[in-house]
Amino acid sequence: MPSFVLPDKCDGCKALDKTACQYICPNDLMVLNKEKMKAYNQEPEMCWECYNCVKICPTQAMDVRGYADFVPMGASVVPLRSTDNIMWTVKFRNGTLKRFKFPTRTTPEGKAEPAGGFATDPSLDGPVLFTEPNSLGLPAVWTKK
Amino acid sequence: MADFSTVEVETDLLILGGGMAACGAAVEAAHWAKKNGLKVVMVDKAAVDRSGAVAMGLSAINQYVGLRDGQNTVKDYVDYVRNDLMGITREDLVANIARHVDSTVHLFEKWGLPIWKDEKGAYVHEGRWQLMINGESYKVIVAEAAKNALGAENIFERVFVVGPIMEDGRCAGAVGFSVRENKFYVFKARATLVAMGGAVHVFKPRSSGEGQGRAWYPPWNAGASAYFTIKAGAEMTCQEVRFIPVRFKDAYGPVGAWFLLFKSRATNALGEDYMATRKPELDNWAPYGHVKPVPANLRNYLMILDVMQGKGPISMRTEEAIQKIVSAAGDPKEVKKKLKEVESEAWEDFLDMTISQAILWAATNTAPEEKPSEIAAAEPYFIGSHSGASGAWVSGPEDLAPPEYFWGYENMATVKGLFCAGDASGASSHKFSSGSHAEGRIAAKSAIRYLMKEKPPKPNVNGAKIEGLKAEIYAPLENFAKHVGATTQPDVNPNYILPNMFMMRLQKLMDEYAGGVTSQFTTSGPLLNRALELLAFLKEDSAKLGAADLHELMRCWENIHRMHQAETHVRSMLFREETRWPGYYFRSDRPKMDQQNWRVFVNCRLDPTSGKWEMTKRPIIPIFAKA
Repeated sequence: MPSFVLPDKCDGCKALDKTACQYICPNDLMVLNKEKMKAYNQEPEMCWECYNCVKICPTQAMDVRGYADFVPMGASVVPLRSTDNIMWTVKFRNGTLKRFKFPTRTTPEGKAEPAGGFATDPSLDGPVLFTEPNSLGLPAVWTKK
Repeated sequence: MADFSTVEVETDLLILGGGMAACGAAVEAAHWAKKNGLKVVMVDKAAVDRSGAVAMGLSAINQYVGLRDGQNTVKDYVDYVRNDLMGITREDLVANIARHVDSTVHLFEKWGLPIWKDEKGAYVHEGRWQLMINGESYKVIVAEAAKNALGAENIFERVFVVGPIMEDGRCAGAVGFSVRENKFYVFKARATLVAMGGAVHVFKPRSSGEGQGRAWYPPWNAGASAYFTIKAGAEMTCQEVRFIPVRFKDAYGPVGAWFLLFKSRATNALGEDYMATRKPELDNWAPYGHVKPVPANLRNYLMILDVMQGKGPISMRTEEAIQKIVSAAGDPKEVKKKLKEVESEAWEDFLDMTISQAILWAATNTAPEEKPSEIAAAEPYFIGSHSGASGAWVSGPEDLAPPEYFWGYENMATVKGLFCAGDASGASSHKFSSGSHAEGRIAAKSAIRYLMKEKPPKPNVNGAKIEGLKAEIYAPLENFAKHVGATTQPDVNPNYILPNMFMMRLQKLMDEYAGGVTSQFTTSGPLLNRALELLAFLKEDSAKLGAADLHELMRCWENIHRMHQAETHVRSMLFREETRWPGYYFRSDRPKMDQQNWRVFVNCRLDPTSGKWEMTKRPIIPIFAKA
């Protein structure tokens, strides 16, 4: 069903204004069943398997089962995302297990400064953009002579 | 039906979309707006952290020119793009993006995106123009800079933009609705910047069930940019230039790292390399058939010829490539180490941007060092930022554009106050994620200059017009509520059509008549005319769309957007009486390239008053003298 919710782990994000999975899904697929206080994917055939719901879920209640129309059963790919890296556990149909860890960012979360330390003051006329030419690492923006 | 309150938002600049181009626009616009006392608002149908085509992440930055280190020139990039698009490209637009894109990439690095470095501290290239990244959080980082620049109070999330508000021939903003609350949104803007992505699911996908969602380009990009600019009466360009990516079969994992970084070959079932065995075919597409690298559509075409002759499956020879890399490592200990390194790089390539491919490899017990993996051409997509070219016809920059391509403000469409970037602007292919961000910045600065120089008036949209738009937008909810009781099963009802079936009807006709997967991307004049007849019925029936809730209402409008993209595509393929991109589509009744008559842009425009389409040729004017 591409992404799916484990009922024992989902707590409906404790009735906050919206659940984490609903907040993040780029395709508006996640819905909270308010009676059961459990989320579900309302349109699995429109799921891109982007894993954003899986990565953001605070109780690790979400997983992905490969598309049933072409993926053999029995494999799983599980992320564990922290502030600056992500660890993946890949389980093969035949039981083989692989683990990978990759960095995700080099700055503290929330600290991306728009000018990136390249602040400049170009003119509104002409082609020079905010932070240029410093951000290009060149003395000037290229133009055709 | 529930009551829907109307929320009016006034702004100087309105940025529509939340992807790479929109985030670039936000960062740039915020700077100039602050200096000039202007207000900027951004609207995203999803959450900016994870919206648009980079929502999952990416494993490479595909456009980096390397001007700082003298690796390439702006002209080198323009030459590459022109050749890949078989001569059809706006050199002024491509050059404009190419001269700014490195600046955007350097900003990404400062914001926190990990870019691979070699032992000397230089960027690791995947290919000539491509950089390897640890890109799981690529979009999160780029969104963060945009949000920090603009301020949360100026960003509207989960608001689906339906279409433009027009006033005195100018674009005066946009209308849309919240997909979470009963709120109708009216954005009144003195300038509007469109960056709502390309279009997916216009054609029937290869998958038949759940896997429909596994489009190569994300399913939430449903043609909103094209619809918006078409409805505004803007001239559109390259609407025939679709893109069909070759990817690992079914899960659509990327092949770039395999071809470029690991230097892999692809072969057919007989072990033949179609790029070698079918090389003479390239002569038929000269001069473009003779350039290096061979244009993407011609590489597709040579592979498709093998498939049509029954020589499939086509395989990426991963085992051969890995063998070559590790055997160069030397002693057994080094070989083992190298194997582990390549394995990790290969898996990260999928895990960063196409996790489904990792699942598929795990589910099929695929060890790439032991056996090859199947690749295939996917289905057609509309993505002017990649190797497609569809989008609005926009002004070039003053210092680069010839007079025919310049009307005052770069990236402004032929409609005043309407700016376009990313997949929304046409004839400027190969901008990818980084170039789209750079183009968003270019368009945003231009829009602010337009506001300061032209001083367009505040929109004065009257209440009756707003009420009319509101009724039209919510009509599918009304339609459903009124008729749902007429049958015992809400899916089948003679009074309305639900958005999913509407989409399938569109996909089936595009697939069968307009050169989809079923016909191996082949169409013809008579087939295209038949497509137009069926599209006319579909268009009439779009007034009968029904929606049970706000989510389905969004699906209704997404499919109306797709339908408009489909129609411009069919009309443009019909108008261009030749075959120019044989691996993207083949016109069986015009099987050859005609440089004499068709080395031109095909542009079109929907006249908003008469509802008639105007088709025109526009000349190709180079800005660089021929080498």
